[in-house]
Amino acid sequence: MILLVYAFLSMGIFFGVLGNIGVLRFPDVYTRLQASSKCGVTSLLSIFIALMLLKGLTPMTLRILVITIFFLISSPVASHVIGRRAWEQGIAPWRKKPESRD
Amino acid sequence: MDLSIPVLDVVIFVLMGISVMSMVRVIIGPTPEDRLIGLNLVVTQVVGILVVIAVKFDRSIYLDVALVYAILGFIGILAIAKYLGGRQLGE
Repeated sequence: MILLVYAFLSMGIFFGVLGNIGVLRFPDVYTRLQASSKCGVTSLLSIFIALMLLKGLTPMTLRILVITIFFLISSPVASHVIGRRAWEQGIAPWRKKPESRD
Repeated sequence: MDLSIPVLDVVIFVLMGISVMSMVRVIIGPTPEDRLIGLNLVVTQVVGILVVIAVKFDRSIYLDVALVYAILGFIGILAIAKYLGGRQLGE
């Protein structure tokens, strides 16, 4: 069980760092949005699962579960709203250089 | 069940470092949507820091703070996005 806690914590750190590198390095709003939403939610969910496994069945576990469920609902909604705003502002999706010639 | 090494401290420090790295995108973002993406990521990681602190010190009051901060961050993102969209609707 303690190995599972270590595994989930390191997975959360891994995805968090990768998501930040993606947000800093990607060339466009939509690609940055993908990196942010996927890696942010995966990182936070892994850390929460590790902490729930660490605490066992206590009231703190149920509160962490409430925060997890709220985050699973709210984060895709926020990402969708940001992406919709970017699309309505007329920001074109990024393409590779050879495909932009035609 | 106890952790042998202070691994929760490591998680807290890594989350603090990557939230500072997300603030770079908030500052240098060319469009307002980039800044919103960075802000969303900062909210995510600050909620993670608060929950890890709550488990580390065994104080469940920090979980309430984390839940309220998550709700306020979500409402803030929605309000800023609505404001950005309203600028185009007014034209």
